[in-house]
Amino acid sequence: MTLMKSFLGAAATLALTSGAALADPALIFDLGGKFDKSFNESAYNGAERWAAETGGTYRDVELTSDAQREQALRRFAESGYNPVVMAGFNFATALETVAADFPDTKFAIIDMVVDAPNVKSVVFSEHEGSYLVGVAAAYAAEGDTVSFIGGMDMPLISKFACGYAQGFKSVKPDGTVIVNMTGTTPAAWNDPIKGGELTRAQKAAGSEVVFAAAGGTGLGVLQTAKDEGILAIGVDSNQNYLQPGTVLTSMVKRVDNAVYDAFMQGDALETGFSVMGLSNGGVGVAMDDNNASLMTDEMTAALADAEAKIISGEIVVHDYMSDETCPSY
Amino acid sequence: MDFLTILQILDSTLRLATPLLLTCLAGLFSERAGIVDIGLEGKLLAAAFLSGAVAYTTGSIWLGLLAGVAASMLFSMLHGLASITFQGDQLISGVALNFLAAGLTVVIGQSWFRLGGRTPSLPTDARFGEWNLPFSDAMSKIPAFGPAYDELISGHTALTYIALLAVPISWWVLYRTRFGLRLRAVGENPSAVDTAGISVVRLRYIALIIAGALCGLAGTYLASLAAGFVKDMSAGRGYIALAALIFAKWRPWYALSATLLFGLLEAVGNRYQNIQFLDFVELFSLLGFAALAVVLAVQIIRVALSTISVRDLAKPFIACLSVGAVLVATTAIRAMDLPLFGFALPVQFMQALPYILTVVILAGFIGKAIPPRASGTPYVKER
Repeated sequence: MTLMKSFLGAAATLALTSGAALADPALIFDLGGKFDKSFNESAYNGAERWAAETGGTYRDVELTSDAQREQALRRFAESGYNPVVMAGFNFATALETVAADFPDTKFAIIDMVVDAPNVKSVVFSEHEGSYLVGVAAAYAAEGDTVSFIGGMDMPLISKFACGYAQGFKSVKPDGTVIVNMTGTTPAAWNDPIKGGELTRAQKAAGSEVVFAAAGGTGLGVLQTAKDEGILAIGVDSNQNYLQPGTVLTSMVKRVDNAVYDAFMQGDALETGFSVMGLSNGGVGVAMDDNNASLMTDEMTAALADAEAKIISGEIVVHDYMSDETCPSY
Repeated sequence: MDFLTILQILDSTLRLATPLLLTCLAGLFSERAGIVDIGLEGKLLAAAFLSGAVAYTTGSIWLGLLAGVAASMLFSMLHGLASITFQGDQLISGVALNFLAAGLTVVIGQSWFRLGGRTPSLPTDARFGEWNLPFSDAMSKIPAFGPAYDELISGHTALTYIALLAVPISWWVLYRTRFGLRLRAVGENPSAVDTAGISVVRLRYIALIIAGALCGLAGTYLASLAAGFVKDMSAGRGYIALAALIFAKWRPWYALSATLLFGLLEAVGNRYQNIQFLDFVELFSLLGFAALAVVLAVQIIRVALSTISVRDLAKPFIACLSVGAVLVATTAIRAMDLPLFGFALPVQFMQALPYILTVVILAGFIGKAIPPRASGTPYVKER
């Protein structure tokens, strides 16, 4: 009955808002879904923060298949939502077509660059944040092997892996970083069983810290790391609380800030290209009560040092996506 | 590749093969009775969700197991209602169930837990614990056999042992009981069964109930292993199980070997992103040799008991010999260090191999895979 009620409630809200929604912002989540505890949830949090602060309303939609991308974009643009923000690099192709058809609507895409006059492209320097958690992993591991588990095999995820490997090797140059990708299809984002098996395989190969950049698959990694008594590193949102005491830290990517900023600017959204890195708080390392006992003073000092050097330009972290190669693995 | 690594890979194989095996047996019962079950994936998801939700709420995985089996059976009954009672298209009803499960689990999960369709993480005592068989610690000191017993045979969850037990039980039920004979007959020639005065509808429903129960076990296994439900967490295992079913030519013992093979491929893929071709051939010929040796030994015993004739030994003997020859050849090539074979197989190859093998089987290169004759067609009683 409660379920029925919430359905009816949702339908009623939908009916009420759809008429009066002009110039409200809209947000489209990627296939991982709104509550993936990771990338999409971060975007959701940004939108919710905007709604709480301004009292405004926004529309959002979760996609269930690739085919819906263009459809969702077109629907929002046609209904007058402005700006339309989409979380995920996968929207690039659809956006290129739709942006040209709706020159008066502003679009913002996260994690990808689309060159159009009415599009704002926000990309993150994930390699810098990953470098930092790589440094943390090097201090946390007693031996010289750590590992990485990616979701779908693609350049963006290799960017995380490459930054992580560079950070680790800056402390332990002769160490080993084992890199595994879960799969080559979108199903790789939601396969905690396989994530767990990969974690066990990596532990058997000597890994002491596992960095998971794999959406829902990462939940299985964090769980198995706890079961097997090794450390894990979360990604995108702060995931330290998921398994307190065995999540060393999380490489946070402030997707929420990107969404919040875009919503704040409204239809006056400044288009163009922007990079969110360490210097402007776009990426970072999560510290809270849940991982306080795992972070030693030495580690914190090393992290602060590396962060300062990356911001000043003394350390240049290689970006995998610039040439699709990685010097560290 | 040292002994311990092989053991770890085999250990992982067993864990990965368990849900496949249970799902494959579920498909076996249903398809042997003439109901194509493409909805295995949906049943897995439904079972994983409800078992995760109930195990979290009650704190008991056994209650979760009951709920998971119930959810899967409910889906089975829907399938039965559509395809047996209303004589609809079995494929369409199965696909519909897959969509229904994918959507319903997330919607209900969001309404119950407010975590976006995910269930909260299960605490350790609401998951299946690993069973350490007797003496595993003491025996681990014995060379070779000790670690094998400790790592490989002992230390799995209850459902893994249940899955392995389900194979001989399924074989016995299908081939040694009157019920099994009728079940198989319903899949081959339902009108003959009907003429004999046995209800086709009833038999098919029973087959679907068994399939639902087995799928429920598999789904609960997933939820317990991952400590909770995550949307779409079955990740295509239902379809892989279907491929395994074809690969196994709809037979229980073959289902065991097919799912173990698919599990092994996944385990190897997990362990090595890129495996050297020679390592790959060596590992598979070594394990293949061991498996065939066991088969050969069993056949020899059967010859001794004169249940089969000596001539039936030829096939396994030749297979054993040729795999042994490959093993020797690999070692020789490795010793000679030929550059021709020094390439690596990418992990994607391992992921694709189950499907490639199934296609090869379907194409008729290795024996013939003939589905039960009446499978896929609803039975309409002649008037």
